[in-house]
Amino acid sequence: MSEEIDTDEHIEETGTLPLDDWHRRKGARMVPFAGYHMPIQYEGIVAEHNWTREQAGLFDVSHMGQLLVSGEKAAEELEKLLPGAIASLKPGRTRYSLLMAEDGGILDDLMVTNATPWIEADEEAGTEGHWGEPTYYLVVNGAMKWDDIAHLREHLDDDVTLTHMDEHALLALQGPNAATALNRVMRNVIDDMIFMDSVTHDFGEWPLRITRSGYTGEDGFEISIPAEFAASLADRLCAEIEVRPIGLGARDSLRLEAGLPLYGHDITEETDPVSADLLFALTKKRREEGGWMGHEAVAKVLADGPAQKRIGLDIEGRMPAREGALVYSGDKQVGRVTSGGFSPTLERPIAMAYIDTNLAEEGTELEVEVRKKRLPAKVTSMPFVPHRYHRGN
Amino acid sequence: MARYFTDEHEWIDLEGDTATVGITDYAQGQLGDIVFVELPEIGTMVEKGKDAAVVESVKAASDVYAPLSGEVVEVNDGLEDDPALVNSSPEEDGWFFKMTVSDKSEMEGLMDDKAYKSFCDGL
Repeated sequence: MSEEIDTDEHIEETGTLPLDDWHRRKGARMVPFAGYHMPIQYEGIVAEHNWTREQAGLFDVSHMGQLLVSGEKAAEELEKLLPGAIASLKPGRTRYSLLMAEDGGILDDLMVTNATPWIEADEEAGTEGHWGEPTYYLVVNGAMKWDDIAHLREHLDDDVTLTHMDEHALLALQGPNAATALNRVMRNVIDDMIFMDSVTHDFGEWPLRITRSGYTGEDGFEISIPAEFAASLADRLCAEIEVRPIGLGARDSLRLEAGLPLYGHDITEETDPVSADLLFALTKKRREEGGWMGHEAVAKVLADGPAQKRIGLDIEGRMPAREGALVYSGDKQVGRVTSGGFSPTLERPIAMAYIDTNLAEEGTELEVEVRKKRLPAKVTSMPFVPHRYHRGN
Repeated sequence: MARYFTDEHEWIDLEGDTATVGITDYAQGQLGDIVFVELPEIGTMVEKGKDAAVVESVKAASDVYAPLSGEVVEVNDGLEDDPALVNSSPEEDGWFFKMTVSDKSEMEGLMDDKAYKSFCDGL
């Protein structure tokens, strides 16, 4: 048998992350991914996937890049590189955004949080409570972080400070019982938080940043913590009855069901936000006014309409169609699968694909070719499995 | 009946001129949850070392090679409805196909139970 492991190419020097020993103790199978040894699975992808959908899963995503951009002009400088509204992002709020290339391609996708600190009033000094130096916390893809840092260094004004938080780990707690479990571990911290809220919290001596977000479609939290405390936090979370460690394998099947694109596969330097169906990341005003790298190219795609669009495919039968599978309408090749696999929740194959725009409408019947067989497939809306974010009342 | 193993983690039960083929418990453990098995059609002539079947886990598709040359005479229809049989009973109910053995000299180099176990221990 030959196994095609669907991870990044083996990189010469594979790094270790703060929880490396912890994963091995938990029985993880480790694989090289994004330049690090990472856990692909513990007890099994399907069991871990279903556990996350039903209970709560703990993911180590410390390979991702955590960056701080600070300075009086931080927002306007970031707005030159990101197509989203950063200046209007309130302290303690998070937004999905893109790092754009001049030609309209996507250099990376990321989460940006307004992390500007609140400075308490100081009676002795006679100062009122006020906002400190504007600060933005970015979480970028692990495999892209070095390129992102170089890009930001090159294009951000010298008055803006870029800090790589490479001494921090990042844990994601995801699932319908994530809030219940986290509330038991640390009380009264997340009560008022809704989806895309972000707070700082000193948990004993551990300074945490907790953001109500994730990559599974479930309610959940991403917790940034100094690397030295990460294993202790992981232990405390996994001590809760609802929480089990989850590997990269289930992370991928969960995000696929949630319709969330994976950088390097569903979005790349060759795809633009219009074709990728990520227009929600571009506010109307910024779309019209521009002032960000790639605007001209993206505006042209918006005006002309994209040649292809990222859509979801429901595939008949049980045979999965994977990345690279070609999509046909009759004899004509009309698209290509960018990620696909078997959905443990739906118990059938699903895929994301780029399809010629005239055939991208929901309900269009197409065929996907897998090992010279044509599988009937239908264009469907995403997510495949509904999101269950906690948006408040 | 004698059971043989390949270094590609297939098992072969030889009974007269007919061989039953499946993948080993070690192989299913490496693959993880199996969601689909593509079996050859009855009547297919398979060649030793060439693709004979495909097994799909959640994560990836893997080829299963024919351990010997011959003609496929029966396939395990049970895998169509329940591919997870390969996980739960890899070396019994989760068999893949039966084939004729056209050249018994191809049996040379296959491992017996003991040799296969030490082969896996060395991995």
